[in-house]
Amino acid sequence: MNTKPKLGMYWAASCGGCEVALVNINEKILDVAANFDFCFCPCLLDTKKKDIEEFADGEIAVTFFNGAIRTEENEEMARLLRRKSQVLIAFGSCSYEGCIPGLSNMHTMAAHFKSIYIDNPTVDNPNGIVPKPQTQVPEGTLTIPAFYERVRTLSQVVEVDYSIPGCPPESGQVWHVIEELIKGAPLPPKGSILGAGSSTVCRECPRDKTHRKVSRFYRTYEIIPAPEPCLISQGVICMGIATADGCGALCPKVNMPCIGCYGPPEGVLDQGAKMIAVLGSMIDAGERKGLSEDEMARRVDLILDSIPDYSGTFYKFSLAGSILGGRRP
Amino acid sequence: MSEDDGRVVFEPKIVGFLCNWCSYAGADKAGGLQRSYPPNVNIIRVMCSGRVDPQFVLKAYSAGADGVLILACHLGDCHYKEGNYHAMQRHRMLLRILSEHGIENERCRFDYVSAADGDKFVKIMNEMVYTIRELGPMDRLNCWSDNKLKQGG
Ligand code: SF4
Ligand code: SF4
Ligand code: SF4
Repeated sequence: MNTKPKLGMYWAASCGGCEVALVNINEKILDVAANFDFCFCPCLLDTKKKDIEEFADGEIAVTFFNGAIRTEENEEMARLLRRKSQVLIAFGSCSYEGCIPGLSNMHTMAAHFKSIYIDNPTVDNPNGIVPKPQTQVPEGTLTIPAFYERVRTLSQVVEVDYSIPGCPPESGQVWHVIEELIKGAPLPPKGSILGAGSSTVCRECPRDKTHRKVSRFYRTYEIIPAPEPCLISQGVICMGIATADGCGALCPKVNMPCIGCYGPPEGVLDQGAKMIAVLGSMIDAGERKGLSEDEMARRVDLILDSIPDYSGTFYKFSLAGSILGGRRP
Repeated sequence: MSEDDGRVVFEPKIVGFLCNWCSYAGADKAGGLQRSYPPNVNIIRVMCSGRVDPQFVLKAYSAGADGVLILACHLGDCHYKEGNYHAMQRHRMLLRILSEHGIENERCRFDYVSAADGDKFVKIMNEMVYTIRELGPMDRLNCWSDNKLKQGG
């Protein structure tokens, strides 16, 4: 009988990138196999739900749960794995804060079904059939898991012990967490963020931060930024200033803005609100003398018009876990 | 809710962030002049309107506020020179987020009140309460209770 501690990994509403991030630890995956009984991972191993149903509660030492909670099935698996695991870790942005699936909280379920199954130009659906939990057919009743009105994060559904941010988490950080587990290091306080720093991406970014003022915004296709100055001072919205460090500032190092995949930095509840706080103090609407308060507001609005999608830019990864959580119905 | 001629009137909860140097003094002035205004606004004194992190505004909504008011010194009069510019710029940006989230702009008002603007302060209070009463409750959070969340639920 295998006496090694059990390790599980599951995907809910996810893309598979988080599993790729795990195997990207390369040959160290052998150390994982040597130290753990990798008991469950539908993406990589031929393991089934019934395998873990047969486990005693708490039999799995650690589960990495990636993916958001979009359907009834996602929720059922989250509850099952919570019960069977001593330590449940939200792995990656989808599970930790909703990520790209969470952006769908800007629309209703009915609107999604309409655009996916009815208005979609590549779909021929004259009877307007959309998925529903139960369908009667001559042979009986077919059931599929219900689709939820909203995407939720893992911690909005079950108790989560730790979270590893990133879309996906950087493999070096993933290995660092696993290494600590293998060493049997004392676990950090419950609720801690693992595999990230306690500052912002700016800390890891080598760009010059001395003149962070901005008087117009550019979208990434409109400008090739200079390599040295901070991207914000060049009018490119870089979320690095409102994003936890830990990735090594990968994006600004290759002349692309950070889009915020590591989520809010320590002490920040809402990444979008933080971004407004910092950009609001960097906007420079030009000469102020003699301008009325209304005229000043109009000038600022003109600058702000150049940002086409506020929620999609400031909450690209964190919408479902943000304070507002999405559009009001 | 309060009763008015037997009609139930919605009493909005409003959070007002007032800067210490101008707007709070303006509110004091209104008090000194014994002007009356609706009691719906819970005033939070901040050292500067520039201290009002947009997170405070969102947190106020999530804690049950139906509207938020941010009052600052007039442009050029900020005790810390720049704070009210930052506050104004943040407010303009926050309005975009709120609109995209289906939250009416009137629920987040920014205005300028100086220490001498007692009457303007009272006018803003009255307008804000009237506007939010017309809009109705925010009813934002917990609107996704488990039974409403599920398809066919
Ligand atoms: S966090 Fe990113 S990589 Fe991981 S499942 Fe979600 S979208 Fe994919
Ligand atoms: S480019 Fe981005 S990450 Fe780098 S200093 Fe500027 S805001 Fe921070
Ligand atoms: S720079 Fe930003 S978007 Fe890029 S990997 Fe790091 S946290 Fe993610």
